[in-house]
Amino acid sequence: MAITVHEPSHTTIGQSKPASSSGGGWGGVPSSAAWLRLEDSSPASRTGVWAGLGAITMTFAAFTSAMIVRQGSSYDWQHFVLPSVLYCNTAVLLASSVVLELARKRVSAFLRGQVKQRSTAMLTLWLTLGLGLLFVGGQYVAWMELRAQGLYLATNPSASFFYLFTALHALHILGGLCGLSLVIWRFSKQVPTLRISTLSAVSYYWHFMDVLWIYLLILLWMRI
Amino acid sequence: MAKLFAVTIIVIAIASAVPIVLHIWGLPQDISVDGKLIDEQFSATMVETGICFMAAQLLLGFFVWRFSNRRRDEKIKSFPGGARALVVAAVVVVGFEVLALGAYGTKAWGNIYFTPPAPDAIQVQAQAGQFAFYFRYPGPDGKFGPLHPEQISEATGNFFGLDTTHDPTSKDDIVTARLAVPVNREVRLLMHSKDVGHSFFVRELRVQQDFVPGLDLSIHFTPTKIGRYEIVCTQLCGLGHYNMKAYLEVMSQEDFDKWLTRQAALQ
Amino acid sequence: MSEPGTYPEAAPAGLIRKYVFSLNHKVIGKQYYVLSLLAVFIGTVLSWVMRIHLAWPNAAIPGVQFLSKTGAPGGMLTPEYYLQLMTMHGTLMIFFVVTTAPLAGFGNYFLPLQIGAEEMAFPRTNMMSFWVTFCAFIVALSAFFVPEGPPLSGWTAYAPLSALGQVAGPGQGTGQVLWALSIAIFCVGQLLGSINFISTTLDLRCTGMSLMRLPLSAWAWFITSCMSLTAFAVLLPACVLLILDHVAGTSFFIPSNLVVNDQLQPRGGGSALLWQHLFWFFGHPEVYIAIVPAIGIVSHVLIANMRRPLSSHRAVIYSMVTIAFLSYVVYGHHMFVSGMNPFASVAFSLPTLAITIPSTIVVLIWIGSLYGSKLRINAASLFALGFISMFVSGGVTGLFLAQPSLDIMLHATYFVVGHFHLVMAVAALFGIFAGTYFWFPKMTGRMMNETLGKIHFWLTFVGAYCIFMPFYYLGMAGNVRRYQSFVDDFMAPLMPIHKFITIAALITGFAQLIFLYNLIHSRFWGRPAPLNPWEATSLEWCTPSSPPPFDNFGGKLPVVYHDPYQYGIEGGNNDYVMQNSPEQINSARDER
Repeated sequence: MAITVHEPSHTTIGQSKPASSSGGGWGGVPSSAAWLRLEDSSPASRTGVWAGLGAITMTFAAFTSAMIVRQGSSYDWQHFVLPSVLYCNTAVLLASSVVLELARKRVSAFLRGQVKQRSTAMLTLWLTLGLGLLFVGGQYVAWMELRAQGLYLATNPSASFFYLFTALHALHILGGLCGLSLVIWRFSKQVPTLRISTLSAVSYYWHFMDVLWIYLLILLWMRI
Repeated sequence: MAKLFAVTIIVIAIASAVPIVLHIWGLPQDISVDGKLIDEQFSATMVETGICFMAAQLLLGFFVWRFSNRRRDEKIKSFPGGARALVVAAVVVVGFEVLALGAYGTKAWGNIYFTPPAPDAIQVQAQAGQFAFYFRYPGPDGKFGPLHPEQISEATGNFFGLDTTHDPTSKDDIVTARLAVPVNREVRLLMHSKDVGHSFFVRELRVQQDFVPGLDLSIHFTPTKIGRYEIVCTQLCGLGHYNMKAYLEVMSQEDFDKWLTRQAALQ
Repeated sequence: MSEPGTYPEAAPAGLIRKYVFSLNHKVIGKQYYVLSLLAVFIGTVLSWVMRIHLAWPNAAIPGVQFLSKTGAPGGMLTPEYYLQLMTMHGTLMIFFVVTTAPLAGFGNYFLPLQIGAEEMAFPRTNMMSFWVTFCAFIVALSAFFVPEGPPLSGWTAYAPLSALGQVAGPGQGTGQVLWALSIAIFCVGQLLGSINFISTTLDLRCTGMSLMRLPLSAWAWFITSCMSLTAFAVLLPACVLLILDHVAGTSFFIPSNLVVNDQLQPRGGGSALLWQHLFWFFGHPEVYIAIVPAIGIVSHVLIANMRRPLSSHRAVIYSMVTIAFLSYVVYGHHMFVSGMNPFASVAFSLPTLAITIPSTIVVLIWIGSLYGSKLRINAASLFALGFISMFVSGGVTGLFLAQPSLDIMLHATYFVVGHFHLVMAVAALFGIFAGTYFWFPKMTGRMMNETLGKIHFWLTFVGAYCIFMPFYYLGMAGNVRRYQSFVDDFMAPLMPIHKFITIAALITGFAQLIFLYNLIHSRFWGRPAPLNPWEATSLEWCTPSSPPPFDNFGGKLPVVYHDPYQYGIEGGNNDYVMQNSPEQINSARDER
């Protein structure tokens, strides 16, 4: 039944159709795309991860500005040489990202039934986890090196920020490792309960940690 | 109930305006050269704000009264001009007025902050600490002696941490608990905080400026009327914040010279 | 394994899973609401103690000695304890009431409903966000019970007072650390919640629910969550640095050469202004985080009660977005006289003045939409209308404070306190009340008592004006804020105003008991409510039951055909068409 609202006229005639849905994420089946299409039906996890990464970016931006202001507010900034183990750690972290990408392909292939054996996929996942732990261990070695030089958290502001940035980053890496452990646990079950979107989310997070680390390394190298 | 709303809102609006219009609790008297611009700005803002406030509340009340309890068959009507008129009104009228106020207001701000102090301004240093203000005059040599924070002692009355034995410029510095200044002469106040954040607020002078530990700030002002005015701390500094005050005493040049001599003798 | 937005398991049965550690957004929303109720009760009692002390500084306040023997021996408030109560009043009210109830409370309950989803995107994260917030609440309250009590540095905790430690004053040691820890934990909870809201709004809308067809309350929650994500992510570092200054011997915020109690402080080199910049970068968006959800809720409630959509749906959305963006570039207006570069003050002043424009657009559209409407007066719409009045009363004085030259006279006076209480605290509270009266029937299946609701409105509306309008006069006359008492001749003529305010505050505070009684009584014995008592159009009203079933829509998600505010429809039985009704209408404006 056609009814009119008493407002200056535009009329829309005919059946009201639902507008094209720009929302979604509801039970859509991943189409049979090639192995390159690693995304799947739940954009919500992707949005969630991006939102989380946005928050992490803001946090580190705030710490960066704190460091810049602190450096400029007094004459007590003492430069020191970054422990060389940091560069090794960087290589380890970057390697872990490469391995994680390999893992993603393998795991998705298995979950989509394209591959029968999951042992290589598991291996790559464990390797990523191992490299991540190695990174954290390497950061600890870096802290030990600083301690040997007599540089502790409160010794001077440059040391404070060094410890602060590396510790916070390592904390986030540990969080990523928890996510990775969850992925491994779900994948290793008799019937895997891992969803591809979970793996994707963890991967985005992990690669972002890489990017964040490169940024921090450059920042620390320039300023510390 | 709609009528009650309308009446209440109109009464509240008018009751709120009455003290303003009748200047019952207005700004304290103005004793500064920069104050006139500030007060004019204040009045202009009050008029604009008052008009917006009254118009909004009265319209709200009136529309609530007029457009409630309408009969079922009455039609929904649009505001004349619709949303476009409202948005344009907001942007043009309010935007223009608001930005004009802001642009005009920078003059008053600029007078205070963008003009350098006069070369013959009297220099006084103010130190704020938990929970008192102290002031230091440079004395006949015109120089302030260096400060030694490690020598500050409330117990011995060395509030600024002066070393009069080793610093010749400190010997003639005059430390007081009152800020006395001669009338109609510019004063340059160097501001220094001993411990935490404080603030220097003299309402009649139209001056308010924080003391920030670690920063050397200064302001300048010219008092135009003899009298005794409160200096209050307005930056929360601890339990004694409410009681942290000093007095600005504006006196004639003669009286000031006499006072300064007396203070110098008391050091 | 579960898709986002679905339950990881079947509907829970046990009491703990159903009501305590629940993954259901409706339960979590109610949990947040109850948390806010607790916080507002404590915050109000604190304000009563403060107000009584201000009006009668020499009187003992019976009962306070049980809170702290040293802080209020025999009920006589010490100067430091006044400031400590003031700090906790601000902290509890801002974080746990006006940031929590309109956004996490109502948003969690109604966002999935309004977008036609079964659940929020990440139910486990949602549950975690509530319990993290609850944890923050407990840590904040624990500050009352450490020997020296809570911090006295205000909710703004300016450095170096907040960073020096115990030496700076009572409560500045453990109390300040607990405060910073509580706020840091709160930030984490907020970030988790924001991620959920953003993902849910963007990705879980049902078929036909385009962004432009979202109700204004959903838009408000979305915009606020975006602000919250970025603002709280900056407060967290600030609190971390503050905690480090306390426990790790660092000096981020402690400048050199400070002398407290004749002792030269060992640490130095830090920047006191750094804290202010970090804090206010968060602090200004925070006040909009507090008010934008209320703007959305009030619009939503008002439209249903005006029986017509707003003059422009999009203008309100664009205005809220503009406010959100501008809120990041105005924060320096809290620092005009802080020692910041005076050119920066001018720079901050201009966007501060400009933010008047979108706010005015929203107010004018509300008022303009009242014209020609068929307004229904009930408790919900009264509070929505009251919101407009309060928002205007508080907002117009922003015009004074936005100009640095006038801020010289008004900074740190009661003028500022009046401004932010009216425009943020009271207005947000009115938004919460409007939402409660409006959505109570959907949340409980019962109506609140209208008569009590109206009495509650009148007492609160008149009372709030009686309390806060005089603050402006006090401020203009030079009454400085954060003083535990007024010990000068200057202030003596203003004391009667303080007494008037205190009496108004006590009466208005007690009037809230009417609301509390109404809330509890109606929950159990209220008149059963029809499914759509307000004849409203948005999706929350098309659930098959009130309260909605576990999965919101009884297994079948709605399909949306119209925008959320198709009111004023002529002909037919109803003057409205629900969003999920396939009924075709000829309408001047029906968002696609």
